[in-house]
Amino acid sequence: MSLTSLSVAELQAQLRSKAVSPVEAVEALESRIAAVDGSICGYLARDFQRALAAAKVADVNLPLGGVPIAIKDVINVRGEQCTCGSKMLKGYIAPYDATVISRLKAAGAIPFGRVNMDEFAMGSSCENSAYAITHNPWDLSRIPGGSSGGSAAVVAADEAFAALGSDTGGSIRQPAALCGCVGLKPSYGRVSRFGLVAFASSLDQIGPFTKTVRDSALLLNVISGRDPMDSTSLEEPVPDYTAQLGQDLKGVRLGMPKEYFVGGTDPQVDKAVRDAIKHYESLGAEIVEISLPHTEYAVGVYYIIATAEASANLARFDGVRYGHRTAEAANILEHYGKTREEGFGAEVKRRIILGTYVLSSGYYDAYYLRAQKVRTLIRQDFTSAFEKVDAIICPTSPEPAFKIGDRSDDPMRMYLADIFTIAVNLAGVCGISLPCGFAQVEGRPLPVGLQLIGKPFHESELLKIAHAYEQSTEWHKARPVIS
Amino acid sequence: MNPEFDVRYTAGLARLHLSEEEIAKFQAQLSQVLEYVEKLKVVDVSKVEATAHANPVFNVVREDDPRDWFTAQEALANAPRQVNGLFSVPKVIE
Repeated sequence: MSLTSLSVAELQAQLRSKAVSPVEAVEALESRIAAVDGSICGYLARDFQRALAAAKVADVNLPLGGVPIAIKDVINVRGEQCTCGSKMLKGYIAPYDATVISRLKAAGAIPFGRVNMDEFAMGSSCENSAYAITHNPWDLSRIPGGSSGGSAAVVAADEAFAALGSDTGGSIRQPAALCGCVGLKPSYGRVSRFGLVAFASSLDQIGPFTKTVRDSALLLNVISGRDPMDSTSLEEPVPDYTAQLGQDLKGVRLGMPKEYFVGGTDPQVDKAVRDAIKHYESLGAEIVEISLPHTEYAVGVYYIIATAEASANLARFDGVRYGHRTAEAANILEHYGKTREEGFGAEVKRRIILGTYVLSSGYYDAYYLRAQKVRTLIRQDFTSAFEKVDAIICPTSPEPAFKIGDRSDDPMRMYLADIFTIAVNLAGVCGISLPCGFAQVEGRPLPVGLQLIGKPFHESELLKIAHAYEQSTEWHKARPVIS
Repeated sequence: MNPEFDVRYTAGLARLHLSEEEIAKFQAQLSQVLEYVEKLKVVDVSKVEATAHANPVFNVVREDDPRDWFTAQEALANAPRQVNGLFSVPKVIE
């Protein structure tokens, strides 16, 4: 077993026993990236010398001491590029650290590498990046998922021990499912968004991509907590998220939402998830059928609210303070119009148009306000469900990874890829995806993800439930043969 | 098809130039999305409050204390054009 295939917890044990040094860990990653990233294309940039310098002084006794972590190219790391996968921010160098980055650094971790994403985190396949097409390590002809496709691919390909991503409608959980790793979207307000380039501010959360559930807990321990720089981060205590790992599932009730098991899901995905549910029963959990009656409206609500917020957030790209600026313009309107035409890609333009429309005079009530009200009903669905169950169990994605190019010009079809993940963001609850099997497609195994959804700020319980499944199955040990 | 949805007009509001091809393509694609969201119209929301974001917290402020932040030079470092330590902007008055 090579060094880069270790989990964070395993690497830490080796670092602390001095069997491996942080410098060796960074060097091992660099060789692994050199060997496989030509096929995967997960990294947009990396600064090996800078990571080595940090490794030389890393204190391995800190919570993540000496552990290199790949960062989605939407999170600011001082002195490094932060392009958001967009031509608009080509050449942009972050002048400050996001709060998650200052917390990682304070815990001894080494941010190493900028990983690919759909432009401004808008997409489900990573194909909307202005810079590279990232390939799924399990089948290079397929997408890794999105928007945090780079984060998922580099962890799955053992080119990173762990990575950070962001999740607005499934952008951590869906790529984690499609690449066969663990992806956690924390509750809204659990992790500071300061220094995360904003897409839809009422939905965005940063979270970890890891090889194991325990690693997810280790990273969440470090990045969680109130931050005065993000007024939406809450003053909730941060427990040790590893504390409940290993506890049994006696008395745990898991809800199967009937609306998530109605057909339309790939049969192999459906079977893997149903098998996982049976496995949970054998572990002592009680399975309860529940209803989330407003499920069918979630995608519609999301594409109104997320685009509305995006159109406002992306108004900042005006060609003055940072980012692309058009060469010559006759007047100010032409300056804005051409700067934005040249800087943004097609999906970002589409969403700006849609978001502007639903907020525009005469349509605000019919679209935006109505969507916010239906959002309330979606939230109430979860509140009622959590009176009956401790967590909800369902697929992460309705299908395994699709082919590159398969639906890149069909936005509506692409939007439906997030059908099981979107409501979690609208409700502000937490969700995790973990490997639960494989679908055999064209002679290749493609990972299937199991989604568990937890009560707001109950990540400890969610991680406990996920860990019990992971540790009693072998799925998380499978590794792709990259060819 | 929503007869009132006009990509060209909306792009103007968003200060976004589009090519004729983009206008035609987005008009078709986004009309399809708007048709999909029509289904929200059947939900009875007459007695429902709007949710702006997931957590019921309001008016969060912090102390207005000065602290170290960017120098002028750092703030200008990513500016596409600068003149004499200032952001350069296009002329907006005749």
